[in-house]
Amino acid sequence: MLIERRRLFGMFGAAALAACGIAGAQPKERLIRITARKFAFLPGEITLKKGAPVILEFVTADVVMGFNAPDFKLRADILPGETARLRFTPDKVGTFTFLCDIFCGDGHEGMSGTMKVVA
Amino acid sequence: MRNGLDRRSFLKLAGLGGAVLVTGVGRSASAAEETFFFVQLSDTHWGFQGPVVNPDPRGTLPKAIAAVNALPLEPDFVIFTGDLTHTTDDPGERRKRLTEFREQARALKNPNVRYMAGEHDASLDRGEAWKEFFGKTYYTFDHKGVHFVCLDNVSDPAARIGDEQLDWLRDDLARQDKDARIVVFTHRPLFDLMPQWDWATRDGARAIELLMPFRHVTVFYGHIHQEHHHATAHIEHHSAQSLIFPLPAPGSQPTREPIRWDAAQPYRGLGYREVAAKNPPPAYAITEFPVRRA
Repeated sequence: MLIERRRLFGMFGAAALAACGIAGAQPKERLIRITARKFAFLPGEITLKKGAPVILEFVTADVVMGFNAPDFKLRADILPGETARLRFTPDKVGTFTFLCDIFCGDGHEGMSGTMKVVA
Repeated sequence: MRNGLDRRSFLKLAGLGGAVLVTGVGRSASAAEETFFFVQLSDTHWGFQGPVVNPDPRGTLPKAIAAVNALPLEPDFVIFTGDLTHTTDDPGERRKRLTEFREQARALKNPNVRYMAGEHDASLDRGEAWKEFFGKTYYTFDHKGVHFVCLDNVSDPAARIGDEQLDWLRDDLARQDKDARIVVFTHRPLFDLMPQWDWATRDGARAIELLMPFRHVTVFYGHIHQEHHHATAHIEHHSAQSLIFPLPAPGSQPTREPIRWDAAQPYRGLGYREVAAKNPPPAYAITEFPVRRA
């Protein structure tokens, strides 16, 4: 199932790039897998490069979670048994907070991480 | 006296506590024109344990209630703006904490007490247990010419008010005059105060949009465990202190770790507020009181 999802996603990604007609001109997206569990993101700190496109891929190890990086207006629901994906290109340098924005229990309020974007 | 404050009594009252903020237009209105006042208590987190930030978690709320009971003037009503209890994954423990909280609140002499839920009370079961104790999670009431709207932005664990409640709000507001005096109570801020710390309501802007045509709207909320004042156009938003532990000012440190207990200044940052509705609308005199006064 996972293999099929990845293949599908790969096909989708390739199709999207081809549709734009710029497949060869785009830098390759870096894939970062993040697991959400009570009450942490693993990894809790990710380092990105400004201007370099990434795909953030999320799964949850237990209950429904949310990923929210307000400084980039990025968010996704992370549902048990499913993989959520966000693709974006950091457009500013700095250290930014991301957090779980779906209340998931005692400890939810400490469930956050750091996104470092370097030049 | 119950139905109003004379200037001498109000100043005496204010002198017992913290700063007085007079807000809204009509700031020059005399205190003699005040019509009534209410007390806002918030974020009591009954069941919380954490001696580093509050070694007296079961004593703080009773102290605040004793202080309210000792007020020289009786408020028209008292409202708790959410997080009555601290969250727990155990539904039985949740109900135990709600039971104990309700027993504590019954010590208030004032019979007119309103309750609201916070995410700690309601987000893990969509308000199911809370409603068993306190009824509807969103409602309105009217008092002496003011239309009060209590909004629920916590029963949805994703911090949404939701379409159903927003439709209900739209219908309610459609029955109000554009000059009506409206007070909104919420737990979370309706505006994006600090989304990085979850200090926001995902669809709060939709509620503000519905309220915007009304000229006299003021919002009182909790959640952020500190006094804070903000305006979205002509709508003012005032958050209240907590009765369990204070949180840092928005963005003042990397994370929203609670402020540690200071033995030299016990209960620092904890308190409750009184809000005196003044005429002409929408002026309110907000007085912050420390728990220590008890």
